[in-house]
Amino acid sequence: MSFHRIILTVNGSTEQVDVPGNMTLLQMLREKLALTGTKNGCAAGECGACTVLMNGEPVNSCMVLAAECNGADIITIEGLARDGQLDVIQKTIIEQGGVQCGFCTPGMLISARALLNRNPHPKEEEIREALVGNLCRCTGYNRIVSAVKAAAEVQ
Amino acid sequence: MTIAPTKDKATTNIGVSKPRVDVREKVTGAAIFTDDVQFGAGLLHARAKRSPYAHALIKRIDISKAKALPGVKVVVTGEDFPNRTGLYLRDRFIFARDRVRFVGEAVAGVAAVSEEIADKAVDLIEVEYEPLPGVHDPVYGASSEAPLVHPDLGSYEWPNFIFPVPGTNISNHFKVRKGDVDSVWEKCAAVVEYTFRVPHVQHVPIEPHVAIAKVDDEGNVTLWASSQSPFAQRNLIAKSLDIPESKIRVIAPLIGGGFGCKAGVTMEAIPVAIALKAKGHPVKFRLTREEEFYTNFVRQGLVAQIKVGCDKDGNLLGLQNTMYWDGGGYTDYGVNITRAGGYSGSGPFDCPNVKVDSLCVYTNHPVGGAYRGFGMSEVHTGIVQAMDMLAEKIGMDRVEFLKKNVVQEGDKILTGMTMHKTGIKECIDKAAQAINWGVKEPNSAPNKLRGKGIAVMWKAPAMPPNAGSSALIKLNEDASVTVMIGGQEIGQGTFTAMAQIAAEALGVPFESVKVKGPIDTQYSPYEWQTVASRLTWSMGNAVRNAALDARRRILDMVAEAWGENVEDLDIKDGYVISYKTEESISLKNIVVYGIPKPNDEGWIGGPVVGSGNFMPTYVTGLDKETGQGERAVVHYTTGAQAVDLEVDLDTGQITILKAVSAFDVGKAINPDLVRAQIEGGFVQGMSSAIFEEMKLVNGHMQNPSFVDYRIATSADVPEKIEAIIVEAPQDDGPFGARGIGEHPMVPTIAALANAIYNATGVRVPHPPLSAEKIYLAMLDAGIVK
Repeated sequence: MSFHRIILTVNGSTEQVDVPGNMTLLQMLREKLALTGTKNGCAAGECGACTVLMNGEPVNSCMVLAAECNGADIITIEGLARDGQLDVIQKTIIEQGGVQCGFCTPGMLISARALLNRNPHPKEEEIREALVGNLCRCTGYNRIVSAVKAAAEVQ
Repeated sequence: MTIAPTKDKATTNIGVSKPRVDVREKVTGAAIFTDDVQFGAGLLHARAKRSPYAHALIKRIDISKAKALPGVKVVVTGEDFPNRTGLYLRDRFIFARDRVRFVGEAVAGVAAVSEEIADKAVDLIEVEYEPLPGVHDPVYGASSEAPLVHPDLGSYEWPNFIFPVPGTNISNHFKVRKGDVDSVWEKCAAVVEYTFRVPHVQHVPIEPHVAIAKVDDEGNVTLWASSQSPFAQRNLIAKSLDIPESKIRVIAPLIGGGFGCKAGVTMEAIPVAIALKAKGHPVKFRLTREEEFYTNFVRQGLVAQIKVGCDKDGNLLGLQNTMYWDGGGYTDYGVNITRAGGYSGSGPFDCPNVKVDSLCVYTNHPVGGAYRGFGMSEVHTGIVQAMDMLAEKIGMDRVEFLKKNVVQEGDKILTGMTMHKTGIKECIDKAAQAINWGVKEPNSAPNKLRGKGIAVMWKAPAMPPNAGSSALIKLNEDASVTVMIGGQEIGQGTFTAMAQIAAEALGVPFESVKVKGPIDTQYSPYEWQTVASRLTWSMGNAVRNAALDARRRILDMVAEAWGENVEDLDIKDGYVISYKTEESISLKNIVVYGIPKPNDEGWIGGPVVGSGNFMPTYVTGLDKETGQGERAVVHYTTGAQAVDLEVDLDTGQITILKAVSAFDVGKAINPDLVRAQIEGGFVQGMSSAIFEEMKLVNGHMQNPSFVDYRIATSADVPEKIEAIIVEAPQDDGPFGARGIGEHPMVPTIAALANAIYNATGVRVPHPPLSAEKIYLAMLDAGIVK
């Protein structure tokens, strides 16, 4: 097994990691960097629980090889709050009651943050479309959609 | 701080939408789920060798090549674990022995230093099978022609409320006989007879099953599991592996969705079995998404043959429901779903003559287990559509028909139990009103047909008669309160509701109460299982009792210190107050250190711990032949759902314009959490109604991925989903509360099917109500060309 030495930025801090060639970004985050907030729901790019921001774009981290992340800027759920201050989308999802079991929540919030970054005032259909790759089995989604709308209003 | 010394009992904690106690950790990624627990370098990874056959004899297993692979630590097979296990009927092994009964059944297990090596080792295990003819339909399975899936059924163990029929594939035959159904049909002005089919579906929690087991050199077992049932798992694993309960500790962190599939024991026994052969090493077993679809519990299929009849005024006279449950290869849990389906098999209808046969049938399909609703979605899919058909036949408005026939307080229900107070009529009225029932509204476009549908439901907690709860309450120096419970936070918000109940009963601020996991059988008080929508009611009673116990201890202490009577004292907002002297004292410090006597004469009190429990003691058995008994269940939660939708004539696709659910929860401890359950439950029900079906061909699932097995996404959900809370208090519920977790998805398939019929005049009775099926049905009926 060949190892690759990569240097990348994760939640603002520079990390140097030796990763096997077949290791995914998801595995690296969880197993090498102990960032377990990013969840493994299917390991096939279908559920969105492992969504992180890679150079500002939302990606399924189970579908990205860690070795490809040399030089990348990664933001995970642990990097969404700054200095203990929750991101506005974290606040509004709490206010709207958009969290139940919480397993899809990290990926959902990252997808929502990515949407708000590229489109600060999304329409309802744009919100639903942006979250379509993040499966949730508990909430029925509407409270999450409301949280994104509320975040767009206050941010 | 002074507290107004009035005996005013206005509550600040009950009926109030407090924020979830677990929410901040869930939005920051700090929340620990089972897969997040770290085990270090000694961790081994387990994989299972699984059967490619639906039904076959195992002729030979050769594990020698797998064992020889470098990095492989343990290889085990069914030969190593001879005991049968199961929650109700003990019909299964940890690994198959002699025979496999469904595709994906585990026949061997491997633990290795990496997942890759474990996967390779699994490939190196050689298994020789002799395929057998399979059973792939429950009606056929129940017939005398079908091959036997469990020839030894008669030798298994089961509790006295399960009725297997040895020599057949019927692992439980539950009967209800009320009145005389057979002679009533000729007296009916209208009769409807129809067979409904509900396919297998999957729970699809976003978190797959995961369990890690470690055995120390004294044989003490620790199991970390994503689990709804840490105590039941301790008990069942103890029995199946001949280990005393005292040597097993189950630790259950937060669950990333369960919906029933993490109840009882399924895959959790596998890492324990392997870890017994690899002492000192934690052994981790995590299902892949594909395994999640068909190797673990599924919601079993149902074929329901229904006949209902009424008089000319629409009064129900007869109701017959024969249900064939597709139980799968093992029915250790399924037998009780069949029982629940049986004793509630009339739906929430008052009918003088009822005959129910509910048969749990072994098939060579995936194993049926608890799924949100515990059989009730399947039962209501048939019975509530049949009522819709009957109302039309007799020419009555559906709402009027339902209100005429639903159960009311004082009615003798099908099992002979007297119905308690219920708000079902209010639920029907409110749901109907919210969608403008009876008002024909215009289509949004010429190629759309608009229609409205309504469905009612009931569901009782399905559990052994004596399922118990317990709770401990500990007070800390700063007057904060720790509530210790054994019920699990599965997303429903039970930790929050328990904090509210404890705060209210004790008289302290909600913010001072801490409820946190993980549930740990070594330290948490006993709870039967987190199932059956029973926690708010049962565990809520235990928490309330524990809080009242702690309160009594505090008041006794203060009464002694102040020389007053307990009756004159109260605890409000964290202070003990006297109505007599208007004196008050903070709980701070006194709840741990006690209160000094005057003049240095010693101390009164000590650290305050309260304990409480709850167990229904009044549940009676039901007669094997008639299903009659005094009180078969603790209570029924009832409700109604109404939908307004459009069907696209070009595609068959439905658009739900508005969906309204009204449920009688007795008392909403936290109204917003109740509404969240109702909304999420509706969407899960809608998803199962429109999209979901495990496509089984000769026992092989054809669609085990999120691409091929579609669940509702954010884009599929109607914008208008309304939840209405009705409150007819439960006499033995904490503050009048009863459960609501499962109920919201129970009536949904029927509500949608009824609305589609109302829109198109075409009934698509068997879910999934896909666009394709609706379109083809409209084509058949000549509505589209």
